[in-house]
Formats: sequence, structure tokens, C-alpha cells
Amino acid sequence: MVKLKRLTLPVMLTVGVMGAGSALAGGVDRAAILANTCAGCHGPDGVSTGPATPSIAGLPEEYFIDVMKMFQEGERRNTIMGRIAKGYTDEEIELMAKYFAKLPHRPAAQKFDPVKAKYGKKLHEKYCEKCHEEGGRVADSSGPLAGQWKPYLQFTLDDFINGHSEVDKKMKKKLSKLIRKEGMDGVRAVLEYYASEQK
Amino acid sequence: MNMNRRGFIKTSIAGAVGAALYGSHALAAHHGGKKRVVVVGGGIGGATTAKYIKKYDPSIDVTLIEPNPHYYTCFMSNEVLGGHRQMDSIRFDYEGLKKKGIRVVQDTVTDIDAAGQIVRTASGKTYQYDRCVVSPGVDFKYEAIPGYSKAVAESSIPHAWKAGPQTEMLRKQLEAMPDGGTFVMVPPPNPFRCPPGPYERVSQIASYFKEHKPNCKIVILDPKNKFSKFGLFMDGWKRHYGYGTDKSMITWIPADKGGKVIKIDPDTKTVHAEAGTFKADVLNIIPPQKAGAIAFKTGLTKGDWCPVDHMTFESTLKKNIHVVGDSSIASPLPKSGYAANSEAKICAAAIVSLLNGKKMPEPSWVNTCYSIIAPGDGISVAMVYAYENGKIIKVKGSGGLTGKYDPELRKREEMYAHSWFNNITADVFG
Repeated sequence: MVKLKRLTLPVMLTVGVMGAGSALAGGVDRAAILANTCAGCHGPDGVSTGPATPSIAGLPEEYFIDVMKMFQEGERRNTIMGRIAKGYTDEEIELMAKYFAKLPHRPAAQKFDPVKAKYGKKLHEKYCEKCHEEGGRVADSSGPLAGQWKPYLQFTLDDFINGHSEVDKKMKKKLSKLIRKEGMDGVRAVLEYYASEQK
Repeated sequence: MNMNRRGFIKTSIAGAVGAALYGSHALAAHHGGKKRVVVVGGGIGGATTAKYIKKYDPSIDVTLIEPNPHYYTCFMSNEVLGGHRQMDSIRFDYEGLKKKGIRVVQDTVTDIDAAGQIVRTASGKTYQYDRCVVSPGVDFKYEAIPGYSKAVAESSIPHAWKAGPQTEMLRKQLEAMPDGGTFVMVPPPNPFRCPPGPYERVSQIASYFKEHKPNCKIVILDPKNKFSKFGLFMDGWKRHYGYGTDKSMITWIPADKGGKVIKIDPDTKTVHAEAGTFKADVLNIIPPQKAGAIAFKTGLTKGDWCPVDHMTFESTLKKNIHVVGDSSIASPLPKSGYAANSEAKICAAAIVSLLNGKKMPEPSWVNTCYSIIAPGDGISVAMVYAYENGKIIKVKGSGGLTGKYDPELRKREEMYAHSWFNNITADVFG
């Protein structure tokens, strides 16, 4: 009681916004404890300042869990995430997934080629939009592609293309078609488009 | 609720006593019954703790006391030495923390009265606290190497193990070095800040020599027989710097081959080691280390470092004082920037829980240390840590080193190392 009286409304609101998941005024929960260990590489509140490490704020819960499992199983090529992912139980991964899913995705401020981006937009609409809706803004089957760090998306696609990572059948089909028709320049143009989406 | 009340009463009494003894300063520091935390030291451990206490509970009054207006990160300072990065990119200020409502005071803490819960500074100010966080980083045992001293370090033979003017001095000496000169490094014995750091430094300086002064040599006189990421560095040195061949740029002399230093002659930059005498053009001595001075003065140390409770990071020797970062004994967590950042968040969560009479959630830590052997060749060691039976433990099956050489993945690791640098500094100071 003593404490609650002292907390004015604006302070409580601040806690609500800042804590996003850690919630409880003056308290910390296990999800925040786990999630905040990621910040050293993925940025405060899961928003990466780049140039390569992806933002993880706003990743859909299911996608977060799937990718962590893939890292654990070695199904997704990686440098360090396999080693990190193996440190967590299913329950811990779920807590982190829920925590980051609630945090807002913020597009990365990064350079892009406007000419390629314009062409990439067209290619995106033709090959990608069906699953990665609203210019890759809708995070459903994947994380948000719009405003994600370009090198990370490039690495991920390279690994799909070269067979180093497991890739969803539909994705593989579309990606192969894009490369067949437009070559790797087409893939790069699409990435320029995602990098250009900074609003 | 009882806890809260007791805490409040105790605080009020301490505040009153403080006011009686120390006059208006202590009274002024007593912010209308708000809970107060004073953080001593604005490095990675201290700044992160301050920031996360405020993040977890903005109602807590947080004061950070740090003598310098800027902080130069020790991590990535090796890239400055290699000529791949500018000094200003490793310099950070405290404006971000101020904007978050943390009171940042530029002053030197001279004394911490653990019984009275008061911090005193060089300018004569006093700060009352409910909880104090001490994060002074490391101090050097200059006397362990006869001939070396703080004065020598500051005038001619830098340790450069705290970044800033020391880094600049070493970089200038390397730039002025003639092609064909010898760089001698004396790394410290365990435990010390940033275990892979000396060997990343050798790698970075070798990359500079390779490009600009290919006839230079590097000699490492090591008091150890092995070091962090040993296999990865050896492999990298072979690949980039001819290690193990007649034309090797790097000679590493471990303890069992006479690497131990007996004394130095600072005027001629000559090192007398068990293996013989080595004349350096540029000499870098990284002395043995211990907790920062204020930890000793406050009675927080046992041996060279500060024992702490592994759940709360509260000192096991002094109540209401927490120690995070390089000064604390948090093994198996290493003395690294990432570990200090990770420890600080657990400490912040513990302090917020304690001050609010709430249960502390089960802790979790991560450490990741990147090293850049040459441009385009990054390596790492990582580990996830948990809390078990009162101790920090490594989570079985997690962590470990970068795998066998894969040029594409090494390039990515370098980019991730730079991303790590940007993100951790945003997390600490942003």
C-alpha cells in the first residue's frame, strides 16, 4: 500500500510501456530476466542497431520458437546462435518468445539503393507478397522483413539458396523461381526494397 | 508489506543519523522517502545497473558517481591499435542515462561507510543509500613487475588495459615504430579482465604490421602456458601471420619456455625474462590485476577480488553493497564486458526486488566474447549460465567456441562482432 500510493499515474504508465512484459511495477519477472540477456547482441528491447545482427522485437511467438529449435537442432546455419540456443529449455524459449512478440519492431536505419529498391518492390509483389504481406511488414510466417538488417536477410537467403539451412517448401519454390527469372540481382533488389522500408 | 515498512523505517533512521552526522548534504540526499541507490563507477557494470534499476522501477532514485565525463570501452580498443577504428567510436558519455532520470555525478568516491550507508566523494559531498552498487573495474599490481610502475605506464610503457589516453599512447608508438622493429607484449596471469584480449591485441597489431610494416616482429612473454581461444588464435596466426614457420611475425613464449618476466628496464624498454633479454621498440605490459581501489578501502575484498552472493551480487562481506563486473568473483562467468552487462541486469533485478519486498525471479546470464584475428576473420566464445544450489553454473550442452575455419562464417562473425559492439554500448549508455 505504502508503495502504491507513492506511484503516480504517469509513473505507472511509464512502467507499462518500458517494461512491456516485465510488467509489475517495482517487480521483475523471469521473462524479462531471460530476454534482457539477449540485448548485448540484439539491442535494447530487441531492437538492433546493426549493422548485421537482426532485431528480434516483434518476432511472432511461433516463429521465434521454431527458429530457436532449428538452431538447437543445427537445421539452420549459424555462427553463434546454435551455441546460445542450446542453453535454454522449451519453457524458457516460450517465455522469451512471448516477451519479444509484444515488443514493437522498429525498422533499421540503413543505406539502400533507391533504384534497385524500386525494382525490388515489383519483384516482392510478384514473388513474396503472398506470404510476406504488406511489403514484408506483416510478421506471420517469418519475422518482419521490412526494415530488418540487410546483411542478416542476405545471409539467411544465401543459406537457403545454398542448401545450408532448411527451407520451407513454398519458400524454396518461390525463391528458385525468382532466381531463375531474375538471377541473384533480383534477390538483391528485393533486399534493397526491404531495407528501404524505414517507416 | 512488512518488509516494505521495515525497510522504510530503517531508511528513515539511517537518514536521520546521516543528517545529524554529515549536515545538510545527507539531508539533501534524502529524497522524500524515495528509495535510493548509489552506483559507484560508470563502466559497463555500473552504467548497466543504474539503467536497469530505473527501467525496472522508475520510482527508485538512482545516482551514478563516476570521475570521468566519458567512458572509453576497453572492448574494440584493440581495433584502434590495429588502425581499423577511431578513438571517438569507443568513447561514450552519460547523456543517455541522464535522460532516463539517473542523476550522474562527476566526482570521485573516496569512502563508503557501509554501516552508515553513506558514500563520500572527493568534493566533500555525501550520498545516503538504501543499496549501493560498486563497480570499479580492475586495478593493476604494477609492483609485481620490477621496474614497472604507474608513472612508467603513464609516460612511456602503456598497459592500455583501460582504454582512453593509454590506447592513444600505444597507437602513436606503433605508428612511429620503424619497419623491422620489435613489439613486445607481456600479458597478465589469470584471472584478468578480458581473457582473449591480449591475444586479440597481438592479432590486431600483426594485421597493422602485415599491411604497413611487414618486417616488424612481435614477441609475447607470457606467464601462462595456455590462454582463451587458444586453438583458434594459433590457427588464425598460422593462416594470417606465418605462425610456426621461419618467417613467423609472432613469437609466443609461454611460461614453461621462459616467458615469465623477471624485471624490466623502462629507459631502454628491455625486458629480462627467464628465456633471456628482449629489447623492444614498443613495449606493452599488462600487469597482474585486482579489484579497483575503492573495493579494498570499503572492505569488500577477499584476496584480490570481491566475494558476492550469486543471486543478488550483494557482497558477502558488507551488507547493502553489491559488486558487479570485473571486481566481483562471479566465476564461472568471466571478467568480460558482456558478463559485466549480464551481471548488472541481475543485480538491478535483485535490488529492485529487495527494495520492493518482492521475490527475485530465477536469474540467467549470457556471455559472448568476440575477437577479430584479422579483417574479415572473427571468432567467438559464448555460454549460457544458470543459478543452481546458490552458485552460477554453466548450462550443460550450451556455449563453446567458433567451429572449424569457414571463410564465409568468419566474415559474418566479424560483422556480428561489430553489431555486438553497437548493441551492447546502446544497451549500456543509450
